[in-house]
Amino acid sequence: MKVVDVRHLRVELIDTGTAIVDDVSFAVNEGEILGIVGESGSGKTTAALCLMGYTRAGARIAGGEILVDGRDVTTLEGAALQAFRGKVVAYVPQDPSAALNPRMRIGEQVAEALRAHEPKLSRGEISRRITEAFADVSLPADRGFLRRFPFELSGGQKQRVCIATVFLLRPRVVVLDEPTTGLDVVTQSTVLETTARLCRTHRVAALYVSHDLAVVSNLADKTMVMKNGRIVEEGAPRQLFHAPRHDYTRALVAATPHIDGPLARVAGDIQANEPKPVLSIRDVAASHGDFQVLHSISFDVMPGECLALVGESGSGKTTLSRLLIGLHRSATGTISFQGENLAFDARQRSEAQKRRMQYIFQSPYGALNNRHTIADIIATPLRLFENGPSAELHAKVKRAMDAVSLPAKAADRYPSDLSGGERQRVAIARALVLKPDMLICDEITSALDVSVQASIVSLLQEVQRTENLAMVFVTHNLALVRSIAHRTAVLQYGRLVELGETGQVIDRPGNDYTRKLVEHSPRFVEAA
Amino acid sequence: MSEGILVSQPVPASGETRRLNPVVRLLGRTLTVRRGQIGLALLALAVVAAVAGPHLAPFGVDDFVGAPFQPPDGSSLFGTDNLGRDVFSRALAGGGGLLWMSAGATLIAMVFGTAIGLIAGQSRGRLDGLLMRAMDVILAFPERVLVLLCVAIAGAGGLLLMVSVGLVFMPAIARASRAVTLDVAHKEFVQYAEAIGMPRRQILMREILPNILTPLMVEAGFRLTWAMGLIAGINFLGFGVQPPTADWGMMINENRDGLLFQPWAVGLPIICIGFVIFGANLLADAVARAAARIEG
Repeated sequence: MKVVDVRHLRVELIDTGTAIVDDVSFAVNEGEILGIVGESGSGKTTAALCLMGYTRAGARIAGGEILVDGRDVTTLEGAALQAFRGKVVAYVPQDPSAALNPRMRIGEQVAEALRAHEPKLSRGEISRRITEAFADVSLPADRGFLRRFPFELSGGQKQRVCIATVFLLRPRVVVLDEPTTGLDVVTQSTVLETTARLCRTHRVAALYVSHDLAVVSNLADKTMVMKNGRIVEEGAPRQLFHAPRHDYTRALVAATPHIDGPLARVAGDIQANEPKPVLSIRDVAASHGDFQVLHSISFDVMPGECLALVGESGSGKTTLSRLLIGLHRSATGTISFQGENLAFDARQRSEAQKRRMQYIFQSPYGALNNRHTIADIIATPLRLFENGPSAELHAKVKRAMDAVSLPAKAADRYPSDLSGGERQRVAIARALVLKPDMLICDEITSALDVSVQASIVSLLQEVQRTENLAMVFVTHNLALVRSIAHRTAVLQYGRLVELGETGQVIDRPGNDYTRKLVEHSPRFVEAA
Repeated sequence: MSEGILVSQPVPASGETRRLNPVVRLLGRTLTVRRGQIGLALLALAVVAAVAGPHLAPFGVDDFVGAPFQPPDGSSLFGTDNLGRDVFSRALAGGGGLLWMSAGATLIAMVFGTAIGLIAGQSRGRLDGLLMRAMDVILAFPERVLVLLCVAIAGAGGLLLMVSVGLVFMPAIARASRAVTLDVAHKEFVQYAEAIGMPRRQILMREILPNILTPLMVEAGFRLTWAMGLIAGINFLGFGVQPPTADWGMMINENRDGLLFQPWAVGLPIICIGFVIFGANLLADAVARAAARIEG
């Protein structure tokens, strides 16, 4: 039975009348999951949220019909719309930390949602319903757990609380907006499995919005791909991902890193006859206060080599990368860089050491000062280390911008004028302008869309080849590792559990933890 | 903003191609708000009166033009004061001191407060504790009492009054500045600067300061308003500027004996102070609104 039927939906900006979603039609049956795939700005979230009669400020639903259970959502207003949201169409947000009230205990929050829609429920009934819903998502519903605050839960637990809250009200339709983006692979796969099971058993129609094709291919019964507010292709995931008809879908599929894909020929050659490692870490341990984050880590990085550091959140991989660049000071052990000892504190490192090792941050949004122009930002390290004439400085900035394919006219812009991918290119240009020997990249693609991610990775590969850079590439995405790293190191709870050639680590993991990571990495569904 | 794979999108056209200095930009925005326009107009009027007033005034500030406490008549528009001087002429001349003293006091508070807050917020160590506890000591005294204490120790006088009001306001600015600095100091671009070994002075001035100016301007706007009230009050008490200088606050005190039969001698300076503070307050409010709009 058709629960959702959307016809010729159009959403436009009130000011300019520009369409952000145009002529979008889709239908979802009971117990069915529709995946909506697209990049940021494709209108996928906007289209999905219309089911709740919601548009963000400054936009409005300008045309089309949205029928949910036979009712036209666009005609609902006030109290009727309020009762409709949550009870008929419910929403699971992208970031569970932002969705839960940090000052309210879990139990109260969940009960609040239930009471808002069913005020006559008795206390006993409420707790029975909560216990049921929590059991559905494999969370304990004992008093101790319900009395916890959101900050006492892990990211995966928080997201499961959100999902439990949503299914508690037994809605007809659930809209899930990239609910696993912030989670690591193992947690992600349990959350996805839970969602799919609940939709089937409760006969709920679901819309799953995501930029991750592999995730959608596993979960959805049918999929539509959106671009610039329009549907470019729709169909069964199997057909869509194995025989895409539209060029855009084809490009998206190609851009998605593939854990089972052929081992990409990794750029750059490790000089086999070069016996000396560029970076050598011996017995390094680090702590945050009393908590020990890293235990006795030792490895080498050869000139021109890319070493991937892989692990779940909390494995200590970011601490390790910050330690390398001198931002984490409470550590023991030795690091040597190009044969010289490297201090843990950046302030105690020599100028040459600071020049030759550069760092790229995870988020391109926080890494650039919004008050400086792009040219200024890229010139910052040059001004600090080389006091050359300004013509020379400009030439170097220009060359660095060319190397990362930033248009010359971006020089006078500010970071807020650029997209995430462009900002990350600026960060890379800033790191490369000094011609370093070693680059440390901390999850630099995780905040970016799949296609942008692909372009950033290929940029890095190219740079690595031309500049013969040694690189430490920190990521939680095993599939990505395949296309960039010569060797892969796997971290678990601050210990190095496996280190070897990338192909070997992924295809023949020698460790249970690595095997678990590989198994839970999202894959495209098998071709029929 | 998306970056397609098939179409390489150009750098998006931005509304403001050239971005101005944050302070200039903020003030520009302020003037698009109606209350900002009114506030600025009132203040501008006061400044014009203070600069050009003595030349326009019918009499000199110290000239005796009639008997004490004469009500308004043809020759003096608002009558005479306790010594028989022209109230209108004295009122025209009496605002300049208040304006520059409160502006100066705000500037002193801003410069030192911002610097202390920046250093405290970025160092976060023992220095932070030391600086902020010192500020707390100043904050522990009521503002008016502390200013009175300063002038009582150092002696009455306009310049001293200005400096002491500045110092008394400094801790509040330092707190605000530290709070926003803490927020900016852990951002990755600051960490980057630390990692490549940028000198601390440069980190503070180049990376952090431009990012905290907008909220600080809001603080400065309100401090200006309060400084005016405080300084006018101290002048009223007689601890600021000294006779025979014309000053609104002091005029109220000098003429209060004649309040019943020559109310203008007290009323005119009160109205003037009211208008200037009202103008400053409107402007400060407009700055705050503009800042909220810019910061989103």
